[in-house]
Amino acid sequence: MAEDTHHLSRRAMLAMPALVYGTAALGQTPAGEPQRGGTLQYAVAAEPPTYDLHQTGTFAVMHRVAPHYSTLLQYEQFNYPNIVGDLAQSWEAAPDQLTYTFRLHPNVRFHDGTILTSEDVRASYARMIAPPEGVTSNRQPAFGQIGAIETPDPLTVVFKMKRVDASIMDTFVSPWNSIFSAARLRAEPNWPARNIMGTGPFRFVEHVAGSHWVGQKFDGYFKQGKPYLDGFRAITMAPSAMVNALSGRQILAEFRGFTPVERDRIMRGLGADGRTFESSWMLHMLLSFNNEKPPFDDVRVRRALSLALDRWGGSTSLSRISQLGAVGGMVRPGSEWSSTPAEMERWPGYGRDMAANRAEARRLLREAGQENLSFTLMNRNHQPYVTAGIFVIDQLRQIGVRAEHQQVELASWYANQGSGGFEAMIDSFTQLSDDPTNVLVKYISKDRAGVATARAIDRELDRLFDAQAQEIDKAKRKQLVGKFEDRAFEQAHLVPILWFQRLVVLNRRVQGWTMSPTHMIYQDLADVWLAPERG
Amino acid sequence: MLRYLARRVALMVPTLFGVALLTFIMLRVVPGDVVEVKLRADGGYVTTEILERERARLGLDKPLPVQFVDWMTGLVTLDLGNSMWTGRPVAEEIGVRIGLTFQVALMAAFISVLIAIPLGTISALYRDTWVDYVVRIFTIAGLAVPSFWLGMLLLLLLLTVFHWSPPVTYTPFYENPLQNMAQLIWPALAVGYRYAAVVARMVRSSIIEVMREDYIRTARAKGVFERLVVARHAMRNALLPAVTVIGLEFAFLLGGLVVTEQVFNLNGIGRLFVEAVSRNDFVLIQALVMLLAAVFVTMNLIVDVLYGVLDPRVRNA
Amino acid sequence: MSATALPAFRAPNPILAFIRAQPLGAAGLVVILVMGTAAVFAEVIAPFNPEAIDFMSMLAAPSADHFFGTDAFGRDILTRIIYGARTALTIGFLSSFIGCTAGGLLGVASAYFGGRADLLIMRLVDIVLSFPIIVLALVVVAVLGKTAVLGIDLNLVFAIAIPIIPRACRVVRSAALSVRQMPYIDAARAGGYSSTHIILRHMAPNVLAPYLILLTAYVAQAILLEASLSFLGLGVQEPKPAWGLMLAGDSANFYQEAPWMILFPGLAISLAVFAFNLFGDSLRDWLDPKFRT
Repeated sequence: MAEDTHHLSRRAMLAMPALVYGTAALGQTPAGEPQRGGTLQYAVAAEPPTYDLHQTGTFAVMHRVAPHYSTLLQYEQFNYPNIVGDLAQSWEAAPDQLTYTFRLHPNVRFHDGTILTSEDVRASYARMIAPPEGVTSNRQPAFGQIGAIETPDPLTVVFKMKRVDASIMDTFVSPWNSIFSAARLRAEPNWPARNIMGTGPFRFVEHVAGSHWVGQKFDGYFKQGKPYLDGFRAITMAPSAMVNALSGRQILAEFRGFTPVERDRIMRGLGADGRTFESSWMLHMLLSFNNEKPPFDDVRVRRALSLALDRWGGSTSLSRISQLGAVGGMVRPGSEWSSTPAEMERWPGYGRDMAANRAEARRLLREAGQENLSFTLMNRNHQPYVTAGIFVIDQLRQIGVRAEHQQVELASWYANQGSGGFEAMIDSFTQLSDDPTNVLVKYISKDRAGVATARAIDRELDRLFDAQAQEIDKAKRKQLVGKFEDRAFEQAHLVPILWFQRLVVLNRRVQGWTMSPTHMIYQDLADVWLAPERG
Repeated sequence: MLRYLARRVALMVPTLFGVALLTFIMLRVVPGDVVEVKLRADGGYVTTEILERERARLGLDKPLPVQFVDWMTGLVTLDLGNSMWTGRPVAEEIGVRIGLTFQVALMAAFISVLIAIPLGTISALYRDTWVDYVVRIFTIAGLAVPSFWLGMLLLLLLLTVFHWSPPVTYTPFYENPLQNMAQLIWPALAVGYRYAAVVARMVRSSIIEVMREDYIRTARAKGVFERLVVARHAMRNALLPAVTVIGLEFAFLLGGLVVTEQVFNLNGIGRLFVEAVSRNDFVLIQALVMLLAAVFVTMNLIVDVLYGVLDPRVRNA
Repeated sequence: MSATALPAFRAPNPILAFIRAQPLGAAGLVVILVMGTAAVFAEVIAPFNPEAIDFMSMLAAPSADHFFGTDAFGRDILTRIIYGARTALTIGFLSSFIGCTAGGLLGVASAYFGGRADLLIMRLVDIVLSFPIIVLALVVVAVLGKTAVLGIDLNLVFAIAIPIIPRACRVVRSAALSVRQMPYIDAARAGGYSSTHIILRHMAPNVLAPYLILLTAYVAQAILLEASLSFLGLGVQEPKPAWGLMLAGDSANFYQEAPWMILFPGLAISLAVFAFNLFGDSLRDWLDPKFRT
């Protein structure tokens, strides 16, 4: 393999599809009998701002802390999105969907030797629902429909709902909703922010800021025979360094994802010792207009700008150089809720005939009296956001619109995003699961959701949003989601540009890890094992 | 001498206070704060109430003068506060990274002195000959080549020619000197070149100047072997300005590493700084600015004192 | 016509005299002039549009179509370097001019007034000098916001000019101090001229030599600083062409596969700064009588 590649030009390498490397798709199967022992060295791109999963949303925490904790439920290995129990041995929903009862595994031990009870689950959820003084909760609205939590006995937890919530299972399976020790929380509610003590497969050893994080196998882990690894070591490094470290075999894995160029470079270094995985990502790039600022209060202007984006062409080309990938609507392309590519063509800006799209865009601008439109496009100073910005500016140039790129520091970006201090911005949205409620919230009225950055008021969208959120019947819900998207594209308060692609490269020694459309799950490493080095 | 020293140290106080005040005000003018980055990044979905609560916890809701006085009180008692991003003491955040940055800076300084003094001297002795021209082109180029670009070229060279890339994790020198050097020698070279160029130019011009002074002429007229003259008289006097530039540039070097650390993925002060700035981690930025300013001011002081020691004329003035 | 044959005609032309005395400096000047011409006539010289994406020729190696190759967006690198010269030279000249002029005037005033004013100005100079340049630049950019006038990022110009002010101030002040001692300054004061008049008409012209030397030297520094800031993402913004920016972002990602992406912009920066340094150095040697042989 390595011999052959020398004959290929660099350009050919860049253009080469990922399939060359025998990409494993989502439905992976385990290779051989799991082996015990070894320390998994992997990279994480950023430093954790806290140790507390309840108070953060960044993978920088998840990729280090997940192996130390358990959750009520989890996604089944190699079978996303099927749900299985983690701490819960079994569970059931009442027919009216208003009561959920969980039966916990007996003899689950914390790393300090104490036994986990239903009270620990209740205390952990109570902390996320109503955080005490000095504690925050990063996803508080997700718990909005939970009315009460009861603990009839030490192994039973009952969640009483205020209303039917079609996406409540996402909350129980969420990797963020880790279970802490109730006793520790009583003593100091913010204890988990600086300390690690859970029931997960690995106990905490040390964290050296900016350098590494070490975990060691927890012998008292409640799942028999697991984990397989003796320990793990998460090393902090910039993405460019990861590429060299992975291809130079200094580390064995990185779980967030690479750009296609980086992936190919690593595979050139690893040859047969590398494995690649690819999937669309629960993360999409958007163009947000500030609907409060003229001329973006004019639907014709917004729609014209959306029409100008050649999403199909952009997808083909940008997916070769960046983490931008598939064309999609407002729910993840490829998920059960998504329209097919053919169906997408009904939306403005998704038609295949770009000349027609651009002509229509120019007509709309003329009609709105904005032929010489020029505005500031705010953006972050990171990849692939800058790539998206360059792409959008070039696309708009082709309908005679001039966008001035303004890249600001992260803190300013969030401040402006929240306060409406922008005309238009390259925005992105990370969703926690494929559930439509989780992502469509980005597109509803500003008084309904803090994440609705376009600052629009659209009661019709709100109505469709609420209707789908309470619809238990999947087919009917999917229809409602489609209607929501039609309306949202027609109004174009903010529009998707492209969805991200997740490209993961592992050293072949790493086995038992599951690829999924989000980098937040399957990270407790309980099932991961290391194959011996090849001779 | 002692009185001079005391006066100089006393003068540092208003300078540092000015830096502190200016930094504090400037940071507050920049929009955005760490709370939003912390809670709203990566799909975080929090209420305004929670944002406000977190601001209050970090003391960002207090009036600005109160915040400033709090910070000053902390500085005086050597308490730099906690990072608003990680919550860990700033001293700790800086502590784990400063060794690396300091080592790179020191190595760069060492490399540059090693190159610069002989180069500058030769260039001065053979003034306006081809040797001088070559050295001058080499040193002017040193001032021209951006160190981050030189770093990228170095990495590219190692990778394409030797199929090797430096280790990515930091190993302290006392644990494994070889591993440590394998990682840090490259950034030291990249920034050291510029540093060497600055020092070499200084050495050259000060030697030329010294050579013109009467006592050197006298010495030469007496027929003493020229090299000896240089070694005994010229070098000693020419070293003075060289020391100045080495000292002053050292402070700049620490600041200049901000860019180079990005290229080499070094977990040093520079990267910490860039990250702190991107998140508006006020407490950390303030501490880092004060640290760099303090290094700069101290270096100035040391240079001045050295002047006094090396040159009696200054001491007695 | 050979100059050696007619030595009497050597003196009148200062440009010829400079070339003769400082061949290296003259070489630098030629490079500067070439770059300046490219910057002014970029539209005519450059083969492509610097901002137009061409997905058909992404990451193309140097060839007859694209002499310096293309970047990840298929943009012609030679074109971006030519337009980048415009960015670098405008920002370099403007910020050096603003910084040296402001610093120079401050230095002359400081030397002229002496006493408390001098002390105060020198304290301020110390404070600004103790700041890491990157911090200053960052905050100035953030505070001033986006103020592009005629396509020039004024915020960036100020961000680069401000660190130059105290440095220029120090040098000019020490030169002005010696002028201050001259009898004609006292005479002018006795003659009842205002301070502004004396500073501008009598002292400033006498520190012109150090000012010019500083000006050229800081153009080089300013170009380098602009490149560093753009590299860090604090300077010129994509998709505008700027040399430092061409080394950042995607280039950092691709330079192993497409080394031409970093090779040429880096050379452009180095060459420009090199030329200015060479010229500035020679100008100093030439203007400063102390170094005249």
